[in-house]
Amino acid sequence: MSKTKKITWNVGLIAALLIILFILEQVLPSGSMLFTVLKKGAIYALVAVSMNLLNGFTGLFSLGQAGFMLLGAYTYAILTIPSASRASVYQYYNGGIINFALPVPIALIAGGLVAAIFAFLIGLPVLRLKSDYLAIATLGFAEIIRAVFQWDKLGPVTNGSNLLRSFPTFHSVLYPFIVSGICIALIVLLINSTYGRAFKAIRDDEIAAEAMGINLAHHKRLAFVISSFFAGVSGGLLAMYQTTIQASMFKSAMTYEILLIVVIGGIGSVTGSCISSFLFIACSEWWLRFLDNENLYIGSFHVPLLRPGFRKVVFAIVIMAMVLFYRQGIMGTREFSVEGCYNFFQKRFGKKSVKKAGDTHEQ
Amino acid sequence: MDWISRNLPYLMAGISVGGQYALIAIGYTMVYGILRLINFAHGDIFMVAGLLLVYSATVMPMYIAIPLMIVVTVIIGFTVERVAYKPLRSAPRMSIMISAIGVSYLLQNLALYVTGGLSQQYPAIPWISDTITIFGTTTKRVTVITPILTIILVVILVLLIKYTKIGMAMRAASRDFETSQLMGIKINSVVSMTFVIGTFLAAVGSLLFFTNYTGVTPTVGAMPGLKAFVAAVFGGIGSIPGAVIGAFIIGICENIMKGLGLTTFSDAFTFALLIIILIAKPTGLFGEKATDKV
Amino acid sequence: MKKRVLAFALTAAMVGTMLTGCGGSGNNNAASTGSSNDGAKVVKIGVYEPASGDNGAGGKQETLGMQYANSKTPTVEIGGEEYKVELEIVDNESSNDKGPSAASSLVGSNVSVVLGSYGSGVSIAASDVFKDAGIPAIGVTCTNPQVTEGNTHYFRICFLDPFQGTVLANFANENFSAKKAYILTKLGDDYSTGLGHYFKEAFVALGGEVVEETFQEGNSDFISYITSAKNAGADVFFAPVSTEAAALIIEQSAAQGLNIPLMAGDTWDSNVILNAASGKDVQIYVTTFYQEGGNTEFDNGIKDWINSDSTAKANNGGDDTIAAVTAMGYDAYYVALEALKAAGSTDPAAVNEALWKVTYTGVSGDIAFNETGDALRDVAYVKCANTETGAWDFVAVQGVK
Repeated sequence: MSKTKKITWNVGLIAALLIILFILEQVLPSGSMLFTVLKKGAIYALVAVSMNLLNGFTGLFSLGQAGFMLLGAYTYAILTIPSASRASVYQYYNGGIINFALPVPIALIAGGLVAAIFAFLIGLPVLRLKSDYLAIATLGFAEIIRAVFQWDKLGPVTNGSNLLRSFPTFHSVLYPFIVSGICIALIVLLINSTYGRAFKAIRDDEIAAEAMGINLAHHKRLAFVISSFFAGVSGGLLAMYQTTIQASMFKSAMTYEILLIVVIGGIGSVTGSCISSFLFIACSEWWLRFLDNENLYIGSFHVPLLRPGFRKVVFAIVIMAMVLFYRQGIMGTREFSVEGCYNFFQKRFGKKSVKKAGDTHEQ
Repeated sequence: MDWISRNLPYLMAGISVGGQYALIAIGYTMVYGILRLINFAHGDIFMVAGLLLVYSATVMPMYIAIPLMIVVTVIIGFTVERVAYKPLRSAPRMSIMISAIGVSYLLQNLALYVTGGLSQQYPAIPWISDTITIFGTTTKRVTVITPILTIILVVILVLLIKYTKIGMAMRAASRDFETSQLMGIKINSVVSMTFVIGTFLAAVGSLLFFTNYTGVTPTVGAMPGLKAFVAAVFGGIGSIPGAVIGAFIIGICENIMKGLGLTTFSDAFTFALLIIILIAKPTGLFGEKATDKV
Repeated sequence: MKKRVLAFALTAAMVGTMLTGCGGSGNNNAASTGSSNDGAKVVKIGVYEPASGDNGAGGKQETLGMQYANSKTPTVEIGGEEYKVELEIVDNESSNDKGPSAASSLVGSNVSVVLGSYGSGVSIAASDVFKDAGIPAIGVTCTNPQVTEGNTHYFRICFLDPFQGTVLANFANENFSAKKAYILTKLGDDYSTGLGHYFKEAFVALGGEVVEETFQEGNSDFISYITSAKNAGADVFFAPVSTEAAALIIEQSAAQGLNIPLMAGDTWDSNVILNAASGKDVQIYVTTFYQEGGNTEFDNGIKDWINSDSTAKANNGGDDTIAAVTAMGYDAYYVALEALKAAGSTDPAAVNEALWKVTYTGVSGDIAFNETGDALRDVAYVKCANTETGAWDFVAVQGVK
């Protein structure tokens, strides 16, 4: 395939995807679980890709993602709550001390920037640490951030440990898709640039990379800051999706979930992270819910074992099986591409159903 | 005297929590020393041990229930290693760690399923649950027993590692995994033994912990587990005395923070301490300096 | 190549399932009615309650009340037709971030009205999900003012925290002549911080002094907090927290010899507390919605029902003590039925409209809604845990002067 043809295909697919989403939204009732999964999946895809940039492409093992999402989410929420609602949101703090509201896109970017600034500051000392020590230090950092945001002395800004709400949210499923899509596209551009090649060199062998003239400290910090920026943006999106946020949501369990998504998708594969985030969210929120139904009958057979909580046990077993038997994840380090897809179907089935598989080509 | 009776409870709570963290931390530090694996499931094994006693104590007398609980916990620890970690021995380290997170997820969700998500009341164990008075402070006997028992167990463990054959094998494996294999050490039995010791101590730790704090919930192991791991890193991962000292320091600091009224930060302080020590001394208080060969 | 086949299979499966999923929910678009096997029409009532997490015990008891009510009155007449009432129960896991997804799954199953939740945070968190879907919700025991404030779809049948906090502060002041109170709340729990805040306001207004501390989620070590309360010379220990933490606080304060009354709000009215306190040297006072013995017919009926059903008994904590939240859940169910009757339709919007005018005399008292959608309630029951008999002793009916 020629380069122009490839681009046309890609653009065409993205347009088709957006149109399909748009049509679905007109046709289906807004309460359908499909939209819940698509919205949350798009947001998690962004944060998973941002984590993959660190863990998969630069080889920095960081577990601070939840902390950076918290920073993004709080910045977004604090800056966008309309002045009129502040009194009721900050009910224990006399309306808080911030009395303006920024437009949504600016606040989202501000959320990313705050996360990036914190990443820069924390990166100065901790990026010198090696592998697991870095992981535990960033995990600790996320916990510290969470405690600081719950501190009641900061209440006039953060509303203490209470919920933040009434900020602008999105209704259309297109919104998170477009925002995450742009962000992921930026990350892909970065990965394919000279910087991206330097990141991969660091991942493969630090010492060799240094010998080739790559400034380790600079590149590691760059990857860390950029990854945190996008984690911050996805935090802002998550706030929009949840409609209310609270520091206690951003626990280390959240980071583990994102890490699982990255690994299941394939460490070092952007499209893998996207696909697995949709699958992960769909399984945990939607497809397995019937397992919680105590009175499930197949014909007249009363299915045993089913009761609330069983869904999660099954889900955990599925994940364990994935980890043990598909170590490489869904995509390994490969990428899902139109070209690969085209060649694949060309070889196997001639030309049929190329379009259908392309529907899930996220962004 | 007044000052003592006002502040002694904080210190005692700190020492006793420290002892409990220490027993969990040893499991982390030994496994990390040999496999270079952060065994995220260790805290959940600790929780499972708690649940086992809750359920076994309802059907059998305590003197059977406690040994049974310890044996079953050890079997679970052994099985987890065989099923979830051993097949991944040659895989990238990230895979094993994810497997550990997966096991942790599975154990928590199983516990959620079995308990229906409700907190289970831990049974009162005779004698150690009794209330006693020291220097005008009332507390449970377990508070005093914990540090003593911890130190006894640690001394036995250190002697075991120093003077027995399996101990020597463990030291060799933690020094150089591959070479020790070449030297004829049965690496699988060494790893299994490590897990057996680790889970045994976690089971004893859970006995002491839940006697003091009597609610067992599916996620109760997460925080103590994380803190015990921090203690292990703090003391220098791979070093048993380091883990014990780290655990006591963390337990005491945490309670001093609460005593000072900075309750919001009692958990965060632990992590702040960790980051500071890692920056100042990247391998922890007693860790050996690692050298990378090109 | 094998992996690639797998990847395609998975994505194809995802596309397929999404499309079939759409097909399924697309069919019964606006109507929330369906037909059950025997031909009778069905109306669905959503139950948005915690069954796990911190508030799992309380949520289960509240759900029991609704299930009992449903077993007693399984049908309702709407617009001249007989409808079978189905409860659609989801678990919000006591978690503000899991709650909205549970709420969306209720919306997805086309319920006409939602009951719940126990715990204010989850109710606030899911509020917008219900609002966007145009489904009214009836809060059962979520006492934080923010639940109903500024919206027209959330109602509630219980009293509010400013009221409850004042009642408790008055009670502490009058009965224990308390001058200093120690307040312990849980970070990130809106109910806990809210009630703590209103108690403090009222207590300070009465000339008292307070010491406030907080604990993180997942904390199980309360010894230092209890020591701090002792050292501060507090006269009462006020801990509006979930039953899970409460059991630990009771156990540890008995072990530490804390000799001041423990006080709390409606969450503590549960047999979890009675079991934790039984045989220990502690004094526990709580405010609540319903006192066992208030309505003998209801008491006997539900006790028989609980004793005849082992799952229900397990969900009630293993005995047949009636929690106030169970009575509230029972009342909430009938309020929902009244609204359905008044609306004359299963359309959520009509039910929402009808709810404003619903009045109902339940086992916990008269229920009618004011302009914010809150029930008009002006009394709370104060109970004391009897550590010998393991039951609640009635202390007083307290209002606000």
